[in-house]
Amino acid sequence: MIGMRRPPSEAGGSIIVMRMTGTNEAGLIARIVAGEKEVFHELIRPYERMVYLTLFAIVKNETEAEDGAQEAVISAYRHLSSFRGDAKFSTWLTTIAINEGRKRLRKAKGAAENSIEEEEGHEGDYAPTPLTDWREIPLEALERKELREALRAAVAELPDIYRQVFVLRDLEEQNIEETAQALGINPGAVKVRLHRARMMMQKRLVPFLKTTAPARRGFFGSAL
Amino acid sequence: MKLDCKHVWEHISEYIDKTVAAELLKDIELHLEHCEICSAVLDSTRNILILTADDRTFELPVGYSKRLHERLKEEIEKSKQEPPGGGQN
Repeated sequence: MIGMRRPPSEAGGSIIVMRMTGTNEAGLIARIVAGEKEVFHELIRPYERMVYLTLFAIVKNETEAEDGAQEAVISAYRHLSSFRGDAKFSTWLTTIAINEGRKRLRKAKGAAENSIEEEEGHEGDYAPTPLTDWREIPLEALERKELREALRAAVAELPDIYRQVFVLRDLEEQNIEETAQALGINPGAVKVRLHRARMMMQKRLVPFLKTTAPARRGFFGSAL
Repeated sequence: MKLDCKHVWEHISEYIDKTVAAELLKDIELHLEHCEICSAVLDSTRNILILTADDRTFELPVGYSKRLHERLKEEIEKSKQEPPGGGQN
């Protein structure tokens, strides 16, 4: 957990901050498989954002991400009886969302799978931007549209393999193991990709954020 | 062990995740106490992650949840019409 979360702005009328515990979830799944199909709405609600972000990390387009999210959720519903509980439900669902995203990307690019899975980059500079001072940007600054846009652009510009790990770990707050399982890579690769992604974000955003950091106030209220 | 800045940067991500080995952690913290550059790199990276993870940064499309559940409702209704064993569950 990196930071404080605001409650989801849209969660079908109810605010759900915590995800379900494994036991509650297992109970819901059992009920759905036994025939109480409507309960699936309840099961999926805490994961709506996660599914959307997973798709968005791959297709980088709002409309495609939403369509893909719907398909992924429908697919999870249709195949729920095959969920064995070996992995967490969230990981299983993420894998479905990733597959849906990759399918859409392949279709859009008309290319083979291996063009989507980039090689582990050996080029590029993964060192951060060195600086000596840093004024923290408060969360309230997110009310500014240009700041949100800059953050989104920085994520969008990450190479695919780094962006996918970054989104699962730092936006969806899945752990290293879950991220590795969902992406079908080993935990070591998750750590390397995450580190590189974070350094790229720092390098890309620090110059922008430094120029927009709130000015320090002097003794007489004037900006220094 | 005395660490240089580059060495510390290589472990910034693990440091943020609190997964650095105990011995190395001590060395990194010692370095951070005296190095303004690394402290600023750490603070800026952490701050950027907090800002990026905030729900306001990546907002869901308006009406996303409603549309998702409508679609799901249709699918559930459809699956109820299917003969046992013909649908998903």
